Amino acid sequence: MRDGCRALWHHPSPASVRSGCKGAAETAPQVEVFNLRSTSQGLRAGGRRRLLRLLGAISASILAILLVAAPASQATSPSPTPSPSNQTFQNNISGFLRDDARAPLADVTITATSGDFTGTAKSSANGSWSIGVPEQGTYTVELDESTLPEGITLAEGQENPRDVTFSQTSNLSVIFAFGKGIVVQQQDFGQNLLNRLVAGLSFGLLLALASVGLSLIFGTTGLTNFAHGEMVTLGAVLVFAFNAMGLPFWLAIILSLLGGGLFGYVQDRGLWRPLRRRGTGLVPMMIVSIGLALAARYVIQFFFGGATQQLPFAQSPEIQLGPVSISPNNLWSLGISAVVIALIGIVLLKTRLGKATRAVADNPALAAASGIDVDGVIRIVWITGGMLASLGGILWAYYRPGVTFDMGSAILLLIFAGVTLGGLGTVFGALIGSIIVGIFVELTTVFGLAADLKYVGALFIMIVVLLFRPQGILGRRERVG
Amino acid sequence: MDFGFILASAAGEIFSPTTAAYALAALGLAVHFGYSGLLNFGQAGFMAVGAYGFAISTLTFGAPFFVGLLIAVIASAIFALLLGIPTLRLRADYLAIVTIAAAEIVRYVVTTNQLTSVTGSANGLAAFEGGFYSMNPFPEGSYFGMNNRDFFIRVVAWALVILCCTLVWLLMRSPWGRVLKGIREDENAVRSLGKNVYAYKMQALIIGGVLGALAGMVFTLPRGSVQPANYGTELTFFLYTCLLLGGMATVLGPVIGAMIFWVVLSLTQGILYGLIESGAVTWLNTVQAGQLRYILVGVALMLLMIFRPQGVFGNKKELAFA
Repeated sequence: MRDGCRALWHHPSPASVRSGCKGAAETAPQVEVFNLRSTSQGLRAGGRRRLLRLLGAISASILAILLVAAPASQATSPSPTPSPSNQTFQNNISGFLRDDARAPLADVTITATSGDFTGTAKSSANGSWSIGVPEQGTYTVELDESTLPEGITLAEGQENPRDVTFSQTSNLSVIFAFGKGIVVQQQDFGQNLLNRLVAGLSFGLLLALASVGLSLIFGTTGLTNFAHGEMVTLGAVLVFAFNAMGLPFWLAIILSLLGGGLFGYVQDRGLWRPLRRRGTGLVPMMIVSIGLALAARYVIQFFFGGATQQLPFAQSPEIQLGPVSISPNNLWSLGISAVVIALIGIVLLKTRLGKATRAVADNPALAAASGIDVDGVIRIVWITGGMLASLGGILWAYYRPGVTFDMGSAILLLIFAGVTLGGLGTVFGALIGSIIVGIFVELTTVFGLAADLKYVGALFIMIVVLLFRPQGILGRRERVG
Repeated sequence: MDFGFILASAAGEIFSPTTAAYALAALGLAVHFGYSGLLNFGQAGFMAVGAYGFAISTLTFGAPFFVGLLIAVIASAIFALLLGIPTLRLRADYLAIVTIAAAEIVRYVVTTNQLTSVTGSANGLAAFEGGFYSMNPFPEGSYFGMNNRDFFIRVVAWALVILCCTLVWLLMRSPWGRVLKGIREDENAVRSLGKNVYAYKMQALIIGGVLGALAGMVFTLPRGSVQPANYGTELTFFLYTCLLLGGMATVLGPVIGAMIFWVVLSLTQGILYGLIESGAVTWLNTVQAGQLRYILVGVALMLLMIFRPQGVFGNKKELAFA
């Protein structure tokens, strides 16, 4: 119900400025929102038409933006090619071999035996393998570990060979999970800690790019944007698409950043601004953003496909920099995000625009009353947020490494964790929170948590912090319920 | 294109066990969001707790069916307690973020390779449904074109849906339910009447969570397997779509919403695949057709929330938000 109060803030009109946000006035805006369509039909009819038209426009522009991705996906659409030893049987035992960073493992030999039948297959370039078998039944599937690439071993607890049984389907998929190979000369603990710390800082800063944008948007409009993950994905997908079209790498990156900014602008113009005008509450807006996230994610998958693709220069050997070994990509990522975030900080603290943004975040109605163009500020915040998310997405594609349609939603919760840890709506809190989350995610593996559980630690810490300091590290107490 | 077949398979979705599972889970969300105003984005986590609680107690500890059921229900109640303690005093969006994070934690934990012997890791668990089907009272034969197993699970699932709907209906017209609706409308007013708002919210969270756990079991039993990939955040969002389709603060809304959701999904799939096979549509392949349906779900969720937030049956005055 307190949302009603906030909704009022984002609806700057002389009346709302006068009434403030206390006591009996708190219920008034709700009534207005409730009966919007019945009481002020005439006033709102135009608004509703505009909303409809703009909704159409936004979905069209999402499609248009993503259309450019279509040739890319066609160019490299993965076709699981059956291995040569494959006979034409009705039934298949198949699977994908991917290491823990989801990169495909090629040329690994897998054998399936049952009685006197033996079938073998080699995994193809995209990691897929398939063995045709004469009948549904129980087979012993063995992965030849000597054919695995260097440094990669089966994860602990993975049975090999193992018995698998068909269950009424003609295809049986067998999943082999891989863990990081145990390096022969064990790195000493301090060295490992330092490496992970730097990697975590790099990861945290790229998370911060996305979460600063999310936090700015939350601060100025009150919206918890679940579609932010798709804005992250879009950045990486656009670079891949433009690059696949033959554009030079630097141009692809610039176009991708512009595309991200455009997506932010179109979102605000076509969807969020009309909804704010209409006085839609924050919870409905949150659910609308979930719908947008679902739609955008599958639109991206529609054009991009389900496969993992690599951006140019994704493979880079680690270099030794003083006591730390780090890949040049991570180093670049660290530098770029640090510079960009410093720039954002300077703009927020030192310029008129920054001051206006902070004023809108503090109290939109008051900002409007003192002559600040609230809608203009929010528009700029959305464009900036879109560009930051795009940049974060590109860096994330190098950090993982790989581009997939769901790469953004995979870190959405980490972004939320960073924002919440720092304090919802505080930009510098989001920065600190994200760095903590990034370092925490990387360090948990040093302290013995399994690699596939490393996100759990960060999410768990977020819940624990909420228990003891719900307003976050830099948040103000009164913001929280 | 065989319209008869497409229509028949769409109609088959109305009473499929999956629809029943979605209806139950969405009913739980109605208790959370529609009646109490609790923004639970972790219903998939409750379903996973129910499904895994049952499967693990059956497979690892050899518990009989009803003991497994009880363990699943208790596990989900404990999960609700753990979630509620830090968040129920906070604003709605905090609860949303914490519940979605907790649901993902559950999914990561059951996916990890460290616990393969218990959870089966990414492959999941299978062959735990024997205890359920051994209670099948129907002899073998054809029931409305189904075999006795399919018929039995449908009867049980929908009986459960009817039972839970009745319970929720009775609860919500009781004094307890009126307090809950009061909390949704104005928490401070209810608090000033001397009610323990925190306790009421916690009770609602537990009841909705238990409904979610039952839904998780109904979801897995006909499949005979439980896999972590099924319990991602998207499942929760689909449930919200069902809930919003039917109407949030209604008892029948979630059920009808789930039916509409699955019938529309099945219809669009049938028609799209038919068009592709007959060559009328060449710019799509069948994989993309599947994605197109989920694009539609997302757009439908947006449009519903914007233009008809009360759903098909809902009352605009009973929205959990303004």
